[in-house]
Amino acid sequence: MSTALSVESEERAPGGDVLLSVRDLRVRFPTEDGLVKAVDGLSFDLRQGETLGIVGESGSGKSVTSQAIMGLYRGTRAEISGLISFDGVDLLGLGDEELRRRRGKDVAMVFQDPLSALHPYYTVGNQVVEAYLVHHETSKSAARQRAIDMLDRVGIPNPAKRIDQYPHEFSGGMRQRAMIAMALVNDPRLVIADEPTTALDVTVQAQILDLLVGLQKEFGSSIIIITHDLGVVAEMANEILVMYAGRAVERGVAEELFYAPEHPYTWGLLQSMPRMDRLRIERLRPIPGNPPSLISPPSGCAFHPRCTFRDDARLGCAQVEPGFDADRPHPVRCLIPPDERIRIFQTQIRPSL
Amino acid sequence: MSAGQGAPPGRRRFSGRRTQTGNRIELGEVLLEVEDLKKYFPMKTSGLFRRPADPVKAVDGISFRLRKGETLGVVGESGCGKSTAGRTILQLLPPTSGSIRYKGRDITGVTGHDLRMLRLEMQMIFQDPYGSLNPRQTIGSIVGAPFAIQRIDPEGGVKAEVQRLMERVGLNPEHYNRYPHEFSGGQRQRIGIARAIGLRPSLIVCDEPVSALDVSIQAQVVNLLEDIQNDFDLTYVFVAHDLSVVRHISDRVAVMYLGKIMEMADRDELYGDPLHPYTQALLSAVPLPDPRKENRRARILLTGDLPSPINPPSGCVFHTRCPRFREELTEQERTRCVKEVPAQVPLDADHGVACHYAGPAAAPVL
Repeated sequence: MSTALSVESEERAPGGDVLLSVRDLRVRFPTEDGLVKAVDGLSFDLRQGETLGIVGESGSGKSVTSQAIMGLYRGTRAEISGLISFDGVDLLGLGDEELRRRRGKDVAMVFQDPLSALHPYYTVGNQVVEAYLVHHETSKSAARQRAIDMLDRVGIPNPAKRIDQYPHEFSGGMRQRAMIAMALVNDPRLVIADEPTTALDVTVQAQILDLLVGLQKEFGSSIIIITHDLGVVAEMANEILVMYAGRAVERGVAEELFYAPEHPYTWGLLQSMPRMDRLRIERLRPIPGNPPSLISPPSGCAFHPRCTFRDDARLGCAQVEPGFDADRPHPVRCLIPPDERIRIFQTQIRPSL
Repeated sequence: MSAGQGAPPGRRRFSGRRTQTGNRIELGEVLLEVEDLKKYFPMKTSGLFRRPADPVKAVDGISFRLRKGETLGVVGESGCGKSTAGRTILQLLPPTSGSIRYKGRDITGVTGHDLRMLRLEMQMIFQDPYGSLNPRQTIGSIVGAPFAIQRIDPEGGVKAEVQRLMERVGLNPEHYNRYPHEFSGGQRQRIGIARAIGLRPSLIVCDEPVSALDVSIQAQVVNLLEDIQNDFDLTYVFVAHDLSVVRHISDRVAVMYLGKIMEMADRDELYGDPLHPYTQALLSAVPLPDPRKENRRARILLTGDLPSPINPPSGCVFHTRCPRFREELTEQERTRCVKEVPAQVPLDADHGVACHYAGPAAAPVL
């Protein structure tokens, strides 16, 4: 893991300016059993107006990353290091007051479970209005009008009436819309959506994803969408980051990740899911084993105990830690030589997808 | 933990059951017949005047037939009644009306000794591997509980049998004395499976058995379920909301909406040629892990939310959200949807559709 790389040394696919740059982010939680390395040296960039999908299983560190960006671990025992630069400002170095001014205004978050993320004791309107008043010097009635507009924008029917209802009076899909309205009420430049549709039915999920795409076009904001569902990232993301055991194992534009993935874990994810759009296969191909402990992760490559291809690397996967050059266009954390990876994918993986 | 990987290939349950064209040539014996099953939950009377409240019509008239060794997938959005249907079949909930015949015998509303005998034949695998295992019991006593309840002494004793079961589902038999919290989600689901197959049942209702698991683990458990189905000649009712998993595991699929079966057909037919507008919308809503295909696909968006099962829409319950109703039908046709309830999908339908204007979608949905 190279140390803090300069943010300016960026030369990749054309697009907007880099809005968010994360370098060597580490988040650790001291527990009775030992130090949990939830995020262990993560680096990525996100450009203005683009969508980054972060994919991984539970415990891979994807949600911890988003909460660290939001500064939600302040005042906890979590140990955070690295660089989170938003529009040139290091968020980790900000004072609490300055961070509070930015949180919700520059960066907003949509949580997975809208029932526990919304306060049951306040009306939906109160919560949206509050989010607006924190960042705007305006009258309550103007803020209320703004909230009604936002609820209308996210497709809540009859917003002037619904604004005075409580979260429990909303259905799951409507609550998620309300939360999106709350996140977008301040026109944030970055929206982090952490499993925004996992608790929803597919038909409602389709509505919500449609809504997010539409709003992004309208407001030009960047989105980080965190999910375990490869279908959702295929629909939403320009770029995809695959995480395993607190680290990025592969990153690339969506096309590369789906049609020319290079990391054995990405292959495993793609292979293990049943596909509705392909001929039915007799038997699923799971990734063997279980996700590793974050307290004492495996030596060398964290994925090696579950990797079917560890013998293809000429270096010992159990001893040598593979690197990850975050400044390359398609970095892969794997010891198998690149041409060999491409050959394995073409000959062994692709035919079975 | 790679159990569920080593089974022989080419395992399908009845080979030659169907020809290439999908015609039945050889049929398993009928194991379960459900006819016009209804389950209403009474609501507490409310308000000042204590008027009787309308019941929640969780399951509102469903019929299907299940043959031995078959897997019936039941899909639908949350609140469509699929889990209630599964529980009512197992007599975990008493049905409001309708009949359930198991091996030709009417088992609707059996109690006491008969019910206990029935439990030998019918088991359940639950969704939540955290909530469905008693945290204060060891794995040994959880998996051994069915033997104790039924007062059965398996050959070689309960402990040996439990360890055999643990090994069969891919758990280390030495972990007999461990507690549920010492296991991961996937391993806990294996414990639930071991408990369900202990008494050698014929029918297992699986209620969202893999939806709480990560993708890589989900595939392990799906493979395990298929393996033990072959080994123990099991028949499954597989309740799930994940359409890809249901397609993989099921022989037949029933799509439910507001307590009714909208469409029921063989798996390949349902996914390849869905005729009900709801099935079409459901399939088109699933995002595919293929960006190029995703960009080309036209999604059928359903508007609004699921109506309340207390006061379902008149006529066809789906008409309030139906894209065909909204966009394709004439005024006269719409009146029929609003007023007339479509006929229930019959129990022995090859491809049953509960829709007045069933037909293929305008564009392919997958």
